[in-house]
Amino acid sequence: MAVMTYREALNQALREEMRRDPDVFLMGEEVAEYDGAYKVSKGLLGEFGPQRVVDSPISELGFAGLGVGAAMVGLRPVIEFMTFNFAHLALDQILNNATKLHYMSDGQFDIPIVFRGPTGAALQLAAQHSQACETYYSHAPGCKVVTPGTPADAKGLLKAAIRDDDPVIFMEGELLYNMKGEVPDDEDFVIPLGVADLKREGSDVSIITHGKMIHVALAAASKLQKDGVEADVLDLRTIRPLDMDAILATVAKTNRVVYLEEGWPYAGTGAQIVSMIQEEAFDHLDAPILRVTQADIPMPYAKNLEMLAKPSAELVVEACNKVLYR
Amino acid sequence: MTDTKTRKGTGKPEVLKPYGVSAELALELMQEMLLYRRFEEKAEEAYAIGKIGGFCHLHIGQEGACAGTLKALREDDYVISAYREHTLAIAKGVTPNAVMAELYGRIGGASGGKGGSMHIFGTHVRFMGGHGIVGAQVPLATGFAWKIKYRAEDSVAVCFMGDAAVNQGAFHESLNMASVWELPVIFVVENNQYGMGTAFDRVSTTDMQQKSAAHGVPATSVDGQDVLATYALFRELVQEVRDGAGPKFVNLETYRFRGHSMSDPVSGTYRPTEEVERRKKEDDPIVVLRDKLFAGGLLDQAGLQEMDATARKIASEAADFAENSPVPGPENLYRNVWAEVNPHGRLFFDGRRRD
Ligand SMILES: Cc1ncc(C[n+]2csc(CCOP(=O)(O)OP(=O)(O)O)c2C)c(N)n1
Ligand SMILES: [Mg+2]
Repeated sequence: MAVMTYREALNQALREEMRRDPDVFLMGEEVAEYDGAYKVSKGLLGEFGPQRVVDSPISELGFAGLGVGAAMVGLRPVIEFMTFNFAHLALDQILNNATKLHYMSDGQFDIPIVFRGPTGAALQLAAQHSQACETYYSHAPGCKVVTPGTPADAKGLLKAAIRDDDPVIFMEGELLYNMKGEVPDDEDFVIPLGVADLKREGSDVSIITHGKMIHVALAAASKLQKDGVEADVLDLRTIRPLDMDAILATVAKTNRVVYLEEGWPYAGTGAQIVSMIQEEAFDHLDAPILRVTQADIPMPYAKNLEMLAKPSAELVVEACNKVLYR
Repeated sequence: MTDTKTRKGTGKPEVLKPYGVSAELALELMQEMLLYRRFEEKAEEAYAIGKIGGFCHLHIGQEGACAGTLKALREDDYVISAYREHTLAIAKGVTPNAVMAELYGRIGGASGGKGGSMHIFGTHVRFMGGHGIVGAQVPLATGFAWKIKYRAEDSVAVCFMGDAAVNQGAFHESLNMASVWELPVIFVVENNQYGMGTAFDRVSTTDMQQKSAAHGVPATSVDGQDVLATYALFRELVQEVRDGAGPKFVNLETYRFRGHSMSDPVSGTYRPTEEVERRKKEDDPIVVLRDKLFAGGLLDQAGLQEMDATARKIASEAADFAENSPVPGPENLYRNVWAEVNPHGRLFFDGRRRD
């Protein structure tokens, strides 16, 4: 085990996978000479050269599509979006091509590509730069959606994403990059997609979440503990494939659920998960499931409004108390 | 600024002749550029002490491009830009107070504190923003021009963008449409040679001047550090477009003296410190004009200092205004998500209280 930042963990995963497989290359804005807008690709240009670590023009639709094409004919691209807000420009290539070519051709093409970058809000970047984008992708069959919230998960899941034969949307967090944690050194430390992780154990209420929201959930759990309430915090880690077994297990244990997500509520990841729980574990529920999300508005710039708009530990505590009828 | 003092020339006012510019107008441009410089320095200061948050992209070094272009426009012309837009907003008529208050995220800000540095709007003066997605404002400008033609008006749409934006599909799609439908729009690249840390020639094999050729949109290059040349060109182009000539493309050559945003280094691996120092020394648009005005005897050191004091005063008054403007109250959170709240059906789904 070594202690490193989330950023370093991603860097290590990229480095190891690029050493392991010469077909893996990294392309995106500022990834090479600038070491990445958030320095995730630091030093990779030096080790792998300009053919495998490539600075692109600001042409998201173009380089995302180039990646899909390269994947159709055997390469394994890792495409970096400076942030997922800008991947909106590439949605056509991702949704109309990447997620559908395997199916439309009845399996003639594999599309082993990773689209990665930060998602969600950082601090005061306003509406166009503060969007949690998970559901745009988890909505579409044909791609996989991964949202690591710790350095170890970032490393193990990125390695799995690069080795996966399907398009993987790999969502990081600007506010996570500096976070430190223990990360296994093993070059074959791979976390399989579709396996959730219980980040905290408790038996009174389940907080189910993913990505950087696990830290909000854990903060809420500590507050609840002071009131004698023990929360299970289940980190889904991947939105699709979704670890339904882990979800059903925590529901069966606590019988009360709060779902926490960074994005908007309408057709959010929570809407799907709440629906699955009521279909498959209705008899285990002692209260309606509540969701905590971003306020249902574009993100405002002003600091005080932004704080009100974001999901917070306080809102999670409030929701937990409600499902506990306290 | 309207309160510029004219100094009757005693020297050689022929320095202005090639541009066809009066002494009065040249001095106004000077006053405006000084304001833009001091305003941005004030913003820089405020950012450093945490009064401004998020991304903040300064226009320092590009004042000539801003002042020279906007001077040629009428009040009813439309202007739109990307996120490096503070001084463009001021030049179009948004007050410095409202721009600064927006940077501070206050209720007195141009966008009520909801937009911040990248999203300043002033539709009352036809300043159409303030946009954060590279290239995404270009189709919008094309839409303004469509409306102008649709309603048989004679205003003009001016679309600013950075050099990196010309690699977006939206740019090419827009130029093609503007050309096909002969729309009254001027596409202006503020070509400061870099998109963040990427030099233009690393992401393009052709010169900027050629970017509009495939779409049949005539291109002109101009030295944006020479505010008089910039103004003279736009005076001509704007008139042509107003008279129905169809779209134009301008490569406005300029340089940014600061980092890409407040969180980026001024120089580094992507551009040498010596390059920045040399450009600051040789190509400062304020110094370029000052030298002309001094040589022409149209301005002296004392006059310049007086103008600068005026600029500093407006900038610091803007900061005071921003400081004293209240933060937007929570009642603003859910305001203006929709223009029309329908009598039937639910619009908000977060289950939170909205009063
Ligand atoms: C679609 C999109 N991709 C990436 C970004 C991130 N980004 C912001 S500014 C910028 C560089 C733009 O450079 P340029 O157009 O030359 O304008 P300048 O900053 O030089 O004024 C990049 C890559 C973005 N805002 N939008
Ligand atoms: Mg530029």
